[in-house]
Amino acid sequence: MASPDDLKFQEFEEATDLLSSNPGASTLSISSPGTGASPGDVRLDLSDDEENQQENSELLGGEKQTGGFWTFEYYQSFFNVDTVQVLDRIKGSVIPLPGRNFVRHHIRSNPDLYGPFWICVTLVFSVAIMGNLSTFLSKRGDPDFHYRPQFHRVSIAAVTVFLYAWLVPLGVWGFLTWRQSVERQISGYTFLETVCVYGYSLFIYIPTSILWAIPFNWMQWLLIVVAMVISGSVLVITFWPTVRDDTKLTAFATMAVIVSLHALLAIGFKMYFFQTATYTGSSHPAQHITPASNHTSSTVG
Amino acid sequence: ADVEESSKPLFAGLSDISISEDIPVEGDISVPIGSQNADNDLSTLDEPVKDTIMRDLRAVGQKFVHVMYPKKSSALLRDWDLWGPLLLCVTLALMLQGGSADSEEDGRPQFAEVFVIIWFGSVIITLNSKLLGGTISFFQSLCVLGYCILPLTVAMIVCRIVLLGSSGGISFAVRLIVVTASFGWSTFASTAFLADSQPANRKALVVYPVFLFYFVIGWMILTFSPSR
Repeated sequence: MASPDDLKFQEFEEATDLLSSNPGASTLSISSPGTGASPGDVRLDLSDDEENQQENSELLGGEKQTGGFWTFEYYQSFFNVDTVQVLDRIKGSVIPLPGRNFVRHHIRSNPDLYGPFWICVTLVFSVAIMGNLSTFLSKRGDPDFHYRPQFHRVSIAAVTVFLYAWLVPLGVWGFLTWRQSVERQISGYTFLETVCVYGYSLFIYIPTSILWAIPFNWMQWLLIVVAMVISGSVLVITFWPTVRDDTKLTAFATMAVIVSLHALLAIGFKMYFFQTATYTGSSHPAQHITPASNHTSSTVG
Repeated sequence: ADVEESSKPLFAGLSDISISEDIPVEGDISVPIGSQNADNDLSTLDEPVKDTIMRDLRAVGQKFVHVMYPKKSSALLRDWDLWGPLLLCVTLALMLQGGSADSEEDGRPQFAEVFVIIWFGSVIITLNSKLLGGTISFFQSLCVLGYCILPLTVAMIVCRIVLLGSSGGISFAVRLIVVTASFGWSTFASTAFLADSQPANRKALVVYPVFLFYFVIGWMILTFSPSR
């Protein structure tokens, strides 16, 4: 066995794929490059059995030994990421490759809450600000129009985004854990990993919301389709391995629900915040976009 | 030790006690002159109210100067106070606030919304930097973030003055330039104070929320529209 001095963090590209395809293999796992000096951060697991490894990764983020949930160190363990890692995870969420499971490849038992939280906050403000801008651009020619900042939209966007980013992963994780206990499947994900995947998958909506300010209806719908394809495939690639051993019906139903909820979020944003229809007051979320009102967008120079 | 070894009645050998030489006894036993200590406490009670207020105001003003000319001084961090941020936050929120739902000022952020965004935003950014391993203390960080709102408050005043004149395209361009410049100034000033306390490979992770914070405040200032 190597002495602790010889152990260095090494990147193994294929190891994650090998592990997910052959869970029975004996593994050596070293988690998290030792950036912090606190004793809980660097975990050396020399166990040879898969069960122990499984158990460790199924604990909440695998960091339970850093203290109870009332200590500061417990929460600090969820922010144990560097700039490079965050950027790498964001890149992984916008470039879905069929072989690369987001959780196994990018998160690697180090789920963080930094990414999901700040991506959600940024999304809230970008949707509200860009929506306000697009309303302004589409109504500029109207002489009766008096510009208003519509600040209450920020509150609505915040509630929507944060509910989505926390309740939907809770539901998905709960469902998958229940199926796992019923069907004895390979592995599920921890709650934090699910939240992490969902948080990073929302990143694509930030540039989408910026581009939504361009007041052409067909472009907005095209952007929705593109964003849905990219972000939806990240989610599908991530969750497919956990349901593929289930009955066909359950597997496809789960995938369909995940993708459609994601689509609903995008479409809801587009319809509420980025109306190219006639501005009839923002207190009614369910607006019907009349086709004839698309011509008002042509008044924008 | 001498007392314990003797079997004499209690306190009988008290006058014989001597401290053996290998017990180091050092120090300065001096009774502070009573009136001197009491004077220190009483002196701030006795001074005129103007002096008390001016001392705090001068401290706040000195920090304002440090924000406007951000050098690597530690005055902001060492003697933190929250008077300045409170003053700036209340001023900004009063100027930005909208009226009731029916009035022409509908759509503007309410006083409470601005207040909450500034204070909760600062708290969340501070928590974020501490969770990422920063060494700055909680209140020092709040102090820095609050004081660095000063350029944006100045921009708000300038915008209001510009809007008194006209509210057309040129005034918008002027306001855009002023707000962008002050937003850049605020971000630069606060990162000058905060960046040193972060581990090197996470600096960007800490700077980004600060950027977002001042960007949102800048947007609120820029989109401020006068009531008719």
